[in-house]
Amino acid sequence: MNIRCTGLRKSFDGVIALGNISVQCPTGGITAIIGPNGAGKTTLLNILTGFLSPDAGRWFVGEREITGLPPYKVARMGLTRTFQDVRLISMVTVLENVMLARPDQTGEGLLHAILRIGVAGEEACNQREASRLLQFVGLEKQTNERAGTLSYGQQKLLTLACCLAAQPEILLLDEPLAGVHTDTAANILRLLQQIRQNGKTVVFVEHNIAAVREIADFVIVIDEGTVVAQGPPREVLNRPEILEAYVA
Amino acid sequence: MDYLLHILILAAIYSILAVSLDLLAGHAGLLAVCQAAFWGLGAYASAVLTVDYGVYFPLGILAGMCLGVLASFLVSLPSLRLTDDYFVIATFGFQIIAFAIFNNWASLTRGPLGIPGIPPPTIFGWRVDSQWKFLLLAVIGAVAAYIVVNRISSSPFGRVLHAIREDEIFAASLGKNTLRFKVTAFAVSAALAAMAGSLYAHYITYIDPTNFTLTESILIISMVIVGGAGSRWGPLTGVLVLVVMPESLRFIGLPSAIAANVRQIMYGVLLVVMMLFRPQGLAGQYRFGR
Repeated sequence: MNIRCTGLRKSFDGVIALGNISVQCPTGGITAIIGPNGAGKTTLLNILTGFLSPDAGRWFVGEREITGLPPYKVARMGLTRTFQDVRLISMVTVLENVMLARPDQTGEGLLHAILRIGVAGEEACNQREASRLLQFVGLEKQTNERAGTLSYGQQKLLTLACCLAAQPEILLLDEPLAGVHTDTAANILRLLQQIRQNGKTVVFVEHNIAAVREIADFVIVIDEGTVVAQGPPREVLNRPEILEAYVA
Repeated sequence: MDYLLHILILAAIYSILAVSLDLLAGHAGLLAVCQAAFWGLGAYASAVLTVDYGVYFPLGILAGMCLGVLASFLVSLPSLRLTDDYFVIATFGFQIIAFAIFNNWASLTRGPLGIPGIPPPTIFGWRVDSQWKFLLLAVIGAVAAYIVVNRISSSPFGRVLHAIREDEIFAASLGKNTLRFKVTAFAVSAALAAMAGSLYAHYITYIDPTNFTLTESILIISMVIVGGAGSRWGPLTGVLVLVVMPESLRFIGLPSAIAANVRQIMYGVLLVVMMLFRPQGLAGQYRFGR
């Protein structure tokens, strides 16, 4: 499943954040969005996931238009995201954070929560799936630790596990490598490649150009709210003007 | 003995109020300043129906809870789109409006004169006409409220409430319709508070608007905060401290006029001390305003 948008515009108090963005991220691949600070990358992610309303434009997941949907509906349509700042429930365990993310839980209905009808079996299933995902991201030893006690890099891995637990078709990751140790960054890159192999579409905002070269199938360069280049990384990242402005 | 039973009955009724608010404030992080308004709605609904229309007590209590739920929708649907301080102010506004209605809709509530002669409850032929019987009824109500809140908070529903409390954006990004969870929690909280109101009205047998003021809402909040918001035993601990402890003033020989003021000072000092030295409450972990 791919994600595309046409004619996205957004300004804040007259300052243009997105000029007129029209992009399409390829299905089943890894797309990197790069650009200088303030270029509009996060604004684009916030609009696509429903956290921000644009002034104009439309956007789609596959053939389904998701323009103007609230964030929870966007997530239910298969588009989950992470944030620049780690967002988690720090007071509860790592396992519970991942279990929270599982979709369509019977126990989230009030009567089911009180009467516990059909909840125990589903919880056991959710727990197994959460444990599997924690093993996938390498946090199985931290399963019962409080999320708030994890290192920053581990918290980034946990947000990735939460994202996957929501069973998305498309993952939007906002600077997944920022502020993490090089070993953790390498681990995250390896995980993203595995997620791609599983048929998911990954879109990530990143400043680490070496990482973009390593794993991206498609690159979108944004500057001052407009797309200045897009295409395969080998082609885009070797353009002299891009090299000079963003890569060097 | 009658005095001790009276304190225990009040403690049981306040336990329902504290536990109901804890679902909202402790588990969902929504500090509502209007629990006394729902308490009053339950009390007035049940009192008016049983006194003026001779309605059977269980139907009166049920009507009070339904009214509480309906009122909660009126408050929550607009105010839950607000956050933090603005939400507190919106619920504060509802508390003021509710008091004004209790006080001024004289044709229904009899205004400041109040409603006297509220009959003792009768449930399937069992007439609750002694303090021992009422204690049993109040404890059953408190246990039921505790079980409901405990089951909700330890379920996947409660997990979402905890996520909302800590980071609503995170919950929404995972596909949780946070407004639905907040509105539902508000409705359950209001229904339980209204149930407490109905029990209170039939126990005291006389209600007037001064029973359901902002001060009462703040007392209920104090119980939750002092005991420990969002914890299993926190609200009950808060009730023990704030209902039972001030009663000790009766035994040191203070004149009642002075004792009432000293009681208010004790509440204030206790809250300040708790905020300074144990903001998560005596038995809690969650801190407001982190």
